[in-house]
Amino acid sequence: MFLINCPYCGERDQSEFSSGGEAHIERPKQPTELSDDEWADFLFMRKNIKGIQFERWNHSHGCRKWFNLIRDTSNDKIHGIYKMGEKPPKV
Amino acid sequence: MKNKYSIFSLFKNAFSGHENWQRAWRDPEPKKEYDAIIVGGGGHGLATAYYLAKKHNMRNIAVVEKGWIGGGNTGRNTTIIRSNYLWDASAGLYDHALKIWEGLSQELNYNVMFSQRGVMNLAHNLQDVRDLKRRTHANRLNGIDAVWLNTDEVKKFCPIINTSPNIRYPVLGGTLQRRAGTARHDAVAWGYARGADELGVDIIQNCEVKGIKRNGNKIEGIETTKGFIKTKKIGVVAAGHSSVIASMVDIRLPLESKPLQALVSEPVKPIIDTVVMSNAVHAYVSQSDKGELVIGAGTDSYVSYSQKGSHDVVEGTLKAILELYPIFSRMKMLRQWGGIVDICPDASPIITKTNIEGLYFNCGWGTGGFKATPGSGDLFAHTIANDEPHKLNAAFSLNRFVSGDLVDEHGAAAVAH
Repeated sequence: MFLINCPYCGERDQSEFSSGGEAHIERPKQPTELSDDEWADFLFMRKNIKGIQFERWNHSHGCRKWFNLIRDTSNDKIHGIYKMGEKPPKV
Repeated sequence: MKNKYSIFSLFKNAFSGHENWQRAWRDPEPKKEYDAIIVGGGGHGLATAYYLAKKHNMRNIAVVEKGWIGGGNTGRNTTIIRSNYLWDASAGLYDHALKIWEGLSQELNYNVMFSQRGVMNLAHNLQDVRDLKRRTHANRLNGIDAVWLNTDEVKKFCPIINTSPNIRYPVLGGTLQRRAGTARHDAVAWGYARGADELGVDIIQNCEVKGIKRNGNKIEGIETTKGFIKTKKIGVVAAGHSSVIASMVDIRLPLESKPLQALVSEPVKPIIDTVVMSNAVHAYVSQSDKGELVIGAGTDSYVSYSQKGSHDVVEGTLKAILELYPIFSRMKMLRQWGGIVDICPDASPIITKTNIEGLYFNCGWGTGGFKATPGSGDLFAHTIANDEPHKLNAAFSLNRFVSGDLVDEHGAAAVAH
């Protein structure tokens, strides 16, 4: 339970947002050349970090735009927010 | 040798003011080396140690727990036990556990208060009806007791449910597994701890794992807050913290850890003598022997290790509870808490070997691990002792995420595990 400062709308309750999970997982450039192991890695394996984690969030009950969030998953404190395509700020 | 618990020992100790009970398990310092170490002293970990010692004769083993035993999800769940899963692999796994539950108190000489009061799952729309009927048929083909109840039969079985057709999510029927029920969660941890301790297992509390030492592809031991302990085999049963342990050996697991909440009401006289679950509106409720309503809410949508959970999740559950059970409208909720559950993409657990020799994981139980505690321990012990999965957990290897052979219980078991 926390507030998220949407880069487009400002500070709103977390319940307005949907979590899109771990950020910066790139879709493979050559999907046809991937082995089963590499597919499993891309599709299913996650860092699931306890601590500072980079995540995607969507303001699903607001502007419906995606953005990135840096959050400490051990205490839900937010350490940074940046738009899609931007380089993550240093934490 | 431990004194047996019986009516006579109860009388005897009553006369001395209950001050002379033998301690249920020792509090040993870690030895330098063990044949196997179980990481995580919850129900699953303690059960694993118990069966390793009992069935596989591995007596020089330890359970390390960073807090106190049963202080994690074992003491935080809503204690529901059932085996009415859709797929054959799941049915085999969960019914194996249910069969052990049926004799567990006798086996452990510890009353786990297993109560086969039945679990009813409600259907609120046409798709629910189809899904639940299909699951009932699948259960029966697998030898698991399951019946379909129409709305009147639901009302007869649990009269306090509002079966009016005019509510937002009317009750169109439900399934019932009569062999299902509840157990006393703390007693499960304590009973297994006592049983394992008697067989020589060292249960080491307040001992957090800080690192895993390996030589190439072989396990050499664990670094803990109580020093280095040598071992060749490690069984990790760390629930929500499985990914944290896995990261120590650079393994990524297909898990996301999320807070799952539950709450209990003030105690009242017996009002609901079964367990009622509703996946569509996400509310499930039973009544503890103390008289409290035990209510399970959902998980948060985001990864968190905070053991808190969001208010809107609880609010959503209570709204559903109030519509289904108007009689509860003036009940006060006493406590609310969260546990960190490790959720797999297919909502099925992982009981597996890894690419590292001597390292095993039992994780991914997500929102529904308690029911499987005895079976999970038994099968994980088999996997560790033989370095091969038992046929009942062969389908639950980590490799299923590579082969694509998932055991998708999301639709079948839905959110309320």
